[in-house]
Amino acid sequence: MLSKKAYIGIWAALLGLLLATYLLANVRLGPFNNVIALAIAVTQMTLVALFFMHVRYEKALTWVFVCAGVIWLLIMFNFTLADYLTRPGPLHHIVNNRVGP
Amino acid sequence: MADAESALAEHFEELPQQRDAAKLGMWTFIATEVLFFGDLFMGYIVNRLAYPQAFALASHHTVVLFGTINTAILLTSGLTMALSIHAARADNLKLSGRFVLLTIALGLAFLAVKGLEYHEDFHEHLWPGSHFRPDLPAQAQIFWFLYWVMTGVHSVHVIAGVLVLCIIAWMIARGRFSAEYHTPLEMTGLYWAFVDVIWIYLYPLLYLINRYAAS
Amino acid sequence: MKTLGRLEPTPELFSLPELKNYLTESHTLSSWLLTTDHKRIGLLFLFSIGVFFTIAACAAAAMRMELVTPPGDLVTSETYNKLFTMHGVLMVWFFLIPSIPSVLGNFVIPMMLGARDLAFPKLNLLSWYLFNIGGLLALYSIIFGGADTGWTFYEPYSSTFSNTHVVTMIAGVFIAGFSSILTGLNFVVTTHKLRAPGLTWFRLPLFIWSLYATSVIMLLATPVLAMTLTLVGVERLWGVGIFDPKLGGDPVLFQHLFWFYSHPAVYIMILPGMGVVSEVITCFARKQIFGYHFVAYASMAIAIIGFLVWGHHMFTSSQSIYAGFVFSLMSYFVAVPSAIKVFNWTMTLHRGSISFETPMLYALGFIGLFTIGGLTGLFLAALGLDVHLQDTYFVVAHFHYIMVGGMVTGFMAGLHYWWPKISGRLYPERMGQLAALVMFIGFNLTFFPQYILGYLGMPRRYHAYPPEFQLYNVMSSAGASILGVAYLLPVIYLIWSLKHGRKAPPNPWHATGLEWQTNSPPIKSNFEATPVVTGPPYQYPTEEEREMVHG
Repeated sequence: MLSKKAYIGIWAALLGLLLATYLLANVRLGPFNNVIALAIAVTQMTLVALFFMHVRYEKALTWVFVCAGVIWLLIMFNFTLADYLTRPGPLHHIVNNRVGP
Repeated sequence: MADAESALAEHFEELPQQRDAAKLGMWTFIATEVLFFGDLFMGYIVNRLAYPQAFALASHHTVVLFGTINTAILLTSGLTMALSIHAARADNLKLSGRFVLLTIALGLAFLAVKGLEYHEDFHEHLWPGSHFRPDLPAQAQIFWFLYWVMTGVHSVHVIAGVLVLCIIAWMIARGRFSAEYHTPLEMTGLYWAFVDVIWIYLYPLLYLINRYAAS
Repeated sequence: MKTLGRLEPTPELFSLPELKNYLTESHTLSSWLLTTDHKRIGLLFLFSIGVFFTIAACAAAAMRMELVTPPGDLVTSETYNKLFTMHGVLMVWFFLIPSIPSVLGNFVIPMMLGARDLAFPKLNLLSWYLFNIGGLLALYSIIFGGADTGWTFYEPYSSTFSNTHVVTMIAGVFIAGFSSILTGLNFVVTTHKLRAPGLTWFRLPLFIWSLYATSVIMLLATPVLAMTLTLVGVERLWGVGIFDPKLGGDPVLFQHLFWFYSHPAVYIMILPGMGVVSEVITCFARKQIFGYHFVAYASMAIAIIGFLVWGHHMFTSSQSIYAGFVFSLMSYFVAVPSAIKVFNWTMTLHRGSISFETPMLYALGFIGLFTIGGLTGLFLAALGLDVHLQDTYFVVAHFHYIMVGGMVTGFMAGLHYWWPKISGRLYPERMGQLAALVMFIGFNLTFFPQYILGYLGMPRRYHAYPPEFQLYNVMSSAGASILGVAYLLPVIYLIWSLKHGRKAPPNPWHATGLEWQTNSPPIKSNFEATPVVTGPPYQYPTEEEREMVHG
């Protein structure tokens, strides 16, 4: 198990990442704004899961259950976007067209 | 002091088995919660892909200060929760109880800030419907609809977490837990961290879209 | 307990008469309503789903009566819309989804695992209460005017245009959803953590495998339904929402999210039936199941691939051609594990010493009807053909072959198979066989003509139709009345058997499986001592039978 100090260190890292995501959002980086924001969020989630939720010290079975929720979420995203991203023309165009005049 | 024997339900053979079952149950529940919120994230993704400009414009009207403070509050409450479990494992239940109370206080602080923010959003006519700000495009209403529903559902989870934490604090005060048995505290910790994780995603998705372009 | 007990006064048999079982443990109302015993909760569920099934069946009867004649003369089109909505909502969420899992699963899973109860008995009871609260809300909606959206609640009709009681109906389904999440959670954790010593994963009965797979779907799909329906309800009350085309929202997104749940939910409604059939076939063919591992893995494969096919409900929406192609392909893949199961059951029957008791008759009916329903599903998974068949009676016939021909038949098989264990009484065998036969005939007469109707182009959800469709509609309605009788028969003789049936021995079918090693009905904690498992399941023919043949 972690020591009290290590927990505080992780907390400091989480707040540091919060500061980073806020500051970087104020810089124009094109498509990288989204990439960075999501990468930081994933890192923060990983830290919380591994240490605050003690996943790091869990058996393989717990890992399977942790991953199952995420994988199923990705299935939902992936197959829904398989529709939206392959519709002809830009997305808003399609949506508006169906609405009618 | 806590009696580990009395905590064992009759259909289990031994305490570790019962604890493992509770933990597996909690993780299963969290997996369902991931998909519960995931549905909203799916709605967010599709609509943001369809209306990137409207979403960015709408996002600039969120109160980023409150959002950032709240993120910090929740991340800190994750720490106090973890420290509470840490203390319980070291059989320091007095300290553990104090950390639980601190977590409750942070949860309430989050809700208070959220309430102020809601108040301001409402005054800024960011409530979708006929009184929505006319200077924003129609699709901005989709963003704000998602904002209210996502943060609303999340707040309901925070409220539930605070209520459960109150019960946990009471159980600690009554001396129900020990270093060997404090499963309810651990399970609440998992739930609380999950609520934290949801907010970690809500923060950039709702408050930070193209923040650099905001005046 | 029977005559044997006097001749051979072994200690167990001698002490049997004084032993309390779970039914005689206590008789107060609160001992039932506040019970945490999985067996009693199973019976509570049996009662609840029986009520909802009856109401939903009445709606179906009214629709079949309306469809006897071509003009819409019995009910108005509005009433007809409410009837099929009521039938769909109640049958799907308040009968089919909880039928085998919450009744039979609840009853036998802990016993099959050699456990004293499910992992979370209080959550199990909560599940029953949530189910009933949800059901009462749905009934409230029906009594005070009903909803007319169909069980699918398609946007934007459900949020913007329908002026019926959609919100209460949705709230009912939402709450019932949490009931099935809790049930699934309980089954998963129990299967992982409460197996008897020696009961490894590949010694588990196939019923457990299929209910584990079912639980995975319940857990990962139901929350999406809950949130999607919440969004519909919020949109209805608030007047804005993400599915609202007025603002640029997309109603097809609703269909994606709805079918992300509702297609896997079809497997919630068939996998448990497959589990029952696996138990029954091997017992009444007195033969080990053919390809145990394949049947077990097929359940998991169905649960997983079943999540990748939902778009085949949306071929005629604005879904892209590419997505349609992917979903069509995946739909063909999901047929493979189902086919594996059918082949394995058939091979189990091959050269078995088959006897035709009631559960076996139902199980054989299941195999035939499920195969027809499954194969016609492939028609609908074909991108081109579906355009012709979408929203016709072909679809109605297809899913009724799966839901009624499959799941209800599987439920009846399981109910008869475990009835001696549940009630401690034997049901009248001849009556059971008769009812199974009548049900098979009535079912085919009801639904086979609907395939033809659909192929000829009769759309679903209409209360009037051109006269040339009348013959098939009359056949279907006639079949429905036979089916009605077939459902009534078991209700009568099963209740009769509670008082007048012969007392059941612990193992009337000479079946393997831990649930047969305890008394009928079992004691509250299921077993006197935790059983120990030493071998694989389905060791048919049993030791004694082998000795009889060779000795």
